[in-house]
Amino acid sequence: MSLNLDARIPSGPIEQKWDKAKFEMKLVNPSNKRKYSVIVVGTGLAGGAAAASLGELGYRVKAFCFQDSPRRAHSIAAQGGINAAKNYQNDGDSVFRLFYDTVKGGDFRAREANVYRLAQVSVDIVDQCVAQGVPFAREYGGVLANRSFGGAQVSRTFYARGQTGQQLLLGCYQALERQIDAGTVEMFYRHDMLDVIVIDGAARGIVTRDMVTGEIDVHVADAVVLATGGYGNTFYLSTNAKGSNATAIWRAYKKGAGFANPCYTQIHPTCIPVSGDYQSKLTLMSESLRNDGRIWVPKQAGDNRKPGDIPESDRDYYLERMYPAFGNLCPRDIASRAAKRVCDEGRGVGPGGKGVYLDFAESIGRLGRNKIAERYGNLFEIYERITGEDPYTVPMRIYPAVHYTMGGLWVDYHLQSTIPGLFVLGEANFSDHGANRLGASALMQGLADGYFVIPYTLGHYLAQVKPGGLDDSHAECIAAKAGAEQRIQTLLNVKGKKTVDDIHKELGKVMWEYCGMGRNAQGLEKALSLIPGIREEFWKNVNVPGSGEELNQSLERAGRLADFLELGELICRDALVREESCGGHFREEHQTEEGEAMRDDEKFCHAAVWEYQGQDKTPARNVEPLAFENVHLAQRSYK
Amino acid sequence: MRIVLHIWRQKSRTAQGQMVRYELPSVSEHMSFLEMLDVLNEDLTRKGEDPVTFEHDCREGICGCCGFMINGVPHGPQRGTTVCQLHMRHFHDGDELWLEPFRAAAFPVIKDLMVDRSSLDRIIAAGGYVSVGTGSAPDGNALPIIKKCSDMAMDAASCIGCGACVASCPNASASLFTSAKISHLALLPQGQAERERRAIRMVAQMLEEGFGYCTNAGECEAVCPKGIKLENIARMNRDFLKAAILYREESAAGGAG
Repeated sequence: MSLNLDARIPSGPIEQKWDKAKFEMKLVNPSNKRKYSVIVVGTGLAGGAAAASLGELGYRVKAFCFQDSPRRAHSIAAQGGINAAKNYQNDGDSVFRLFYDTVKGGDFRAREANVYRLAQVSVDIVDQCVAQGVPFAREYGGVLANRSFGGAQVSRTFYARGQTGQQLLLGCYQALERQIDAGTVEMFYRHDMLDVIVIDGAARGIVTRDMVTGEIDVHVADAVVLATGGYGNTFYLSTNAKGSNATAIWRAYKKGAGFANPCYTQIHPTCIPVSGDYQSKLTLMSESLRNDGRIWVPKQAGDNRKPGDIPESDRDYYLERMYPAFGNLCPRDIASRAAKRVCDEGRGVGPGGKGVYLDFAESIGRLGRNKIAERYGNLFEIYERITGEDPYTVPMRIYPAVHYTMGGLWVDYHLQSTIPGLFVLGEANFSDHGANRLGASALMQGLADGYFVIPYTLGHYLAQVKPGGLDDSHAECIAAKAGAEQRIQTLLNVKGKKTVDDIHKELGKVMWEYCGMGRNAQGLEKALSLIPGIREEFWKNVNVPGSGEELNQSLERAGRLADFLELGELICRDALVREESCGGHFREEHQTEEGEAMRDDEKFCHAAVWEYQGQDKTPARNVEPLAFENVHLAQRSYK
Repeated sequence: MRIVLHIWRQKSRTAQGQMVRYELPSVSEHMSFLEMLDVLNEDLTRKGEDPVTFEHDCREGICGCCGFMINGVPHGPQRGTTVCQLHMRHFHDGDELWLEPFRAAAFPVIKDLMVDRSSLDRIIAAGGYVSVGTGSAPDGNALPIIKKCSDMAMDAASCIGCGACVASCPNASASLFTSAKISHLALLPQGQAERERRAIRMVAQMLEEGFGYCTNAGECEAVCPKGIKLENIARMNRDFLKAAILYREESAAGGAG
């Protein structure tokens, strides 16, 4: 073990850790802040909030996104809502309960101190967003409305129709644009980050490619913040945006940042099923639908009757049957596996039998069509546009799909990776969701990290380093730039027969087949033997048309796939070594008689942190032990 | 089904462009429009030709990346739908379609069907926000907001910034886009403090970018994938007019002490 995995968790009772940490942190005085420069990569909720907040404080910020505008980041697609422990509903919520639910929902594989802080600042996030003008849903009396979400028995989710991510991101984007106008943030659009520059052991800059001109540039700063999202697109088909990629975090991993728990991937239970080989992505139907929709399949395998012709007595509302306490609102990993199980039993519906019904007939009967339209209208429209079926009259067909990755770069309590000066926020880090993320918690974490954590912890870091003193003529900068240029040339020079997507689909099939909802040693070993072959095929036979000195979308995709091809292997390796089932990681060898996930707390109550050892060398596995002092380790029960 | 596409091909911002004809012999009705273009691009790549560049990301109709003209209509024939959500079941065997980039002086073509819409960001930067720094917010329920106002603000805030309104407008005006943000914030109590300043600055920036004036043609509302209403423009004009009369430069007399 050579990675320093000191999580820097403050001592003392969990309720006081964050206050204590904030007080003990060093500060940069207002007139010195402008001497420090900070790079923020990614402008979703975490990166956008960080760039705006750091700009407000007076640091000189350079922000980067690969899209044409920071407002396009994939946070925008989050639908259902954001959790906050406000207890506005008087239904027994509290900071401790949100903390408890999140630790339990994550199947006891998250760091307690980080999760507690997340629950604490959740209340500030909602206040901040309201003040920015985010139009959250309201009651007639003018107060904020709430809905319930999976894995919780209280209503603590704040929402803006089915477009909560959009509205939160626009709030954060507007705050960022305000700083751009004020001159504290310099914004770089259509820039891909290709590498991170590490000098004397600290992160000091990045290499970027201007996606319009193809120009490769070096940007230096006193610290680098990565908020580049998750790696779900390793599976090719996922609910992520087409451009979502792992290049930034993978480059950082190869420069020495530990990668924690890569096998923790979330398969979301409610997505629109695949319709053909041309399928380019999968579309999520918000978990909020499970508030009013009932999930069922026919009791008999091979029942081909239309859903409306199947009487109640022949239907199996399997989540309500198996998990009466939480019913349709059990956590995502559990709902996904249950759907897979009934489909494997031959009871799935729709083409190929890969689907289950999500039925609104009962709630439309109880609440009326208008109420349902008010709550979910835009989701029903999306469904109808994609499938051509009207969910007001025919039940939706849904199936699980890759959605979110709980794993990511390892960070300490300060959100700093194992490379000093390299901070990682939002989905890109591993810290708060353990082995399974609860619904409406991704938005909460992104904004917590960006608005309320990084402004303190980054200041503490900067207060201990001297600003500036570096330009792009440093040998490391020149070498990193040359490396990025060389890699692009290599990709262009292959001139093979297969397209980037051909090879990405091959990788996706292997990942989904052997490292999807159910995993076992044999399958994972098979995947580990197949992936190097696909990688070799890629470097020998990929066809990337065009040149590097122009806008070249094939080249962009090829660079990202090259990294997915390495990361995919690490995901499988991590899944193979973790011989237990926890949250989204389900090892078929480790389950209870009822088919529930069975953890092995003796051997695996830790975060696995992978350390790069060089090209084609097996990475080293380090561990950060997890201590549960406030939430008692127990098998999750939602029955 | 068989679909014939005529696509605007232009190598770079300054290069000469032209329409090029492509024939797709077997398009599935379940494909989205962009998935059909994916299939075309895979074929072109295999043949060693340059694939068609088009902007896209979420493919769920919310990020606002995608958008081009199909037979002269932004996002194509289906109302209230971005092109990524447009499915081929709305077309017929043998259809011939003309695809062009959004055209406006303030949206220069980057390549093929992709345009530069950064002018829209600069309009937001000119005042499309509430100036409230991180950490200075009161409790979320401290300020009750009339549900109807909140709902109307949400309607306006649904704008995805795709630029279809600009592309459809005979004047290439960005009035629907700009007014959606002005309305979103003007309808909420949080937006009142900067209401006049916002209207003045955002409208000025819109003209600065080279967008035209609104002449109530109404094309923008008809093509908006998110159903943003024309009444927002009326609200913007009222706010702008009021602000133009009442607006005074900030006073700096005496300094801050």
